[in-house]
Amino acid sequence: MSHVAVLPSAIEAEGLTVRLRRTEVLHGLGFSVPEGRVTGLLGPSGSGKSTLMRSIMGVQRIAGGTLTVLGRPAGATSLRPEIGYMTQNAAVYNDLTVLDNVRYFAALHGRSRADARESVAAVGLSELEKRKAVDLSGGQFSRVSLACALVGAPKLLVLDEPTVGLDPVLRVDLWERFQSLADRGTTLLVSSHVMEEASRCDSLLLLRDGNLLAQLTPSELRERGRSQDLEQAFLGIIREVEPV
Amino acid sequence: MNPRMLAATTARVLNQLRHDPRSVALILVVPSVLLAIVYWLFQNETLPPGMPRTFNRIGPIMLAIFPFVIMFLLTSVTMLRERTSGTLERLMTTPIHKADLLFGYGISFAIMAALQSIVATGVAYWVFGLDIKGYGGLVVLVAVVNSVLGVSLGLFCSAFARTEFQAVQFMPIIVIPQILLCGLFVPRAQMTDVFQVLSDWMPLTYSVKALQEITANTNPTGEMWRDLWIMAGVLLGLLVLASFTLRRKSS
Repeated sequence: MSHVAVLPSAIEAEGLTVRLRRTEVLHGLGFSVPEGRVTGLLGPSGSGKSTLMRSIMGVQRIAGGTLTVLGRPAGATSLRPEIGYMTQNAAVYNDLTVLDNVRYFAALHGRSRADARESVAAVGLSELEKRKAVDLSGGQFSRVSLACALVGAPKLLVLDEPTVGLDPVLRVDLWERFQSLADRGTTLLVSSHVMEEASRCDSLLLLRDGNLLAQLTPSELRERGRSQDLEQAFLGIIREVEPV
Repeated sequence: MNPRMLAATTARVLNQLRHDPRSVALILVVPSVLLAIVYWLFQNETLPPGMPRTFNRIGPIMLAIFPFVIMFLLTSVTMLRERTSGTLERLMTTPIHKADLLFGYGISFAIMAALQSIVATGVAYWVFGLDIKGYGGLVVLVAVVNSVLGVSLGLFCSAFARTEFQAVQFMPIIVIPQILLCGLFVPRAQMTDVFQVLSDWMPLTYSVKALQEITANTNPTGEMWRDLWIMAGVLLGLLVLASFTLRRKSS
């Protein structure tokens, strides 16, 4: 965790416990997400990634521990203008056009129509901006959702599986965009269940069954998991933490 | 409340309707078709001299029922979609205030209700000769208040439905008893005491009474204003209840 620890952190968790109905799904997580970096939240489906992201966004009640976002407790009203969220199941309005969807979220964040156009262009949907969301393919649909998250120019962007189902060229393009946003000071927390995407992050949180296995950099992961292949390295860490 | 977010939400809801011309057509045309059916149903009735036509009794009641029922259904389904598609949760992470969202829905559906009522009242008055002694603008006013009543009831009820199918099931539970007891089938004065008391507790009753006052009197009566205030009170109460069902955090 060498270089991660010295950076100021945008998100700080200590003993974070979350229950869904009566089942505990996050078990006392402690981690910090560095400011101005791309942090990957990796783990298999069902590991608690979305629940953690919802807790950070302040829409999930926390059962125990502390969760601090940009210096304030998660869910604080003053945080809302500064955070952007892309949910897993592309929460956009089916019956509106691409541009109208983005414009609505732009208006809620006090941004202009030009900002909305820019976000649509940023996700490569300019040519389809007049198309209704319902008529788009799955990948295009989730990009509308991403544009809605980007348009507020938030300090913290929380993206739940933004690259699922995307064409490889576009996926690379998006990861480059995430990196350039981070270079300009935005903090990104991006979840994925595809381990190969881990290599594009500055820092990684590995989650499994609601436990944090490790927080490290991709090179530290390769080293600790004793494999150049990140999938194998993740397996190596699972074996190290939970001996079979 | 923030005027910019309220305006953006109102525009967004109207825009969603604009992309659904079929629904808009149904909202505007269906009431007139139903009025026509009632008109022709009683076209050949033989009445003792001096007895008013049945259409003159039922017409105003129908004008009260349309905006209430249609906006109730429209709102419960739209709001449920907002909950299940995740857009509501997403909105809750933005700076929008709950009131901007609730009033945004209220205003946009009230605009639709005003248009609907103008068409239905116009058809009833000019085409079918419905006897409206009072001022037509008041009929539209009652329809608008009534539609927002339907909107607030729909917003509230949608919290208790998990699927669109369940949301539609609230219609027989919440709406049909009000139609049965509002004076459409049996005048309120002829109901048993139990039904009269129940009817007194149902908001649709007051919109029917208000419309009956307008059609029967040239000038607005105190009774009509009282009914309108009761409707406004109930709808504000329902909006407050609905805002409690919009929780920012799920547990």
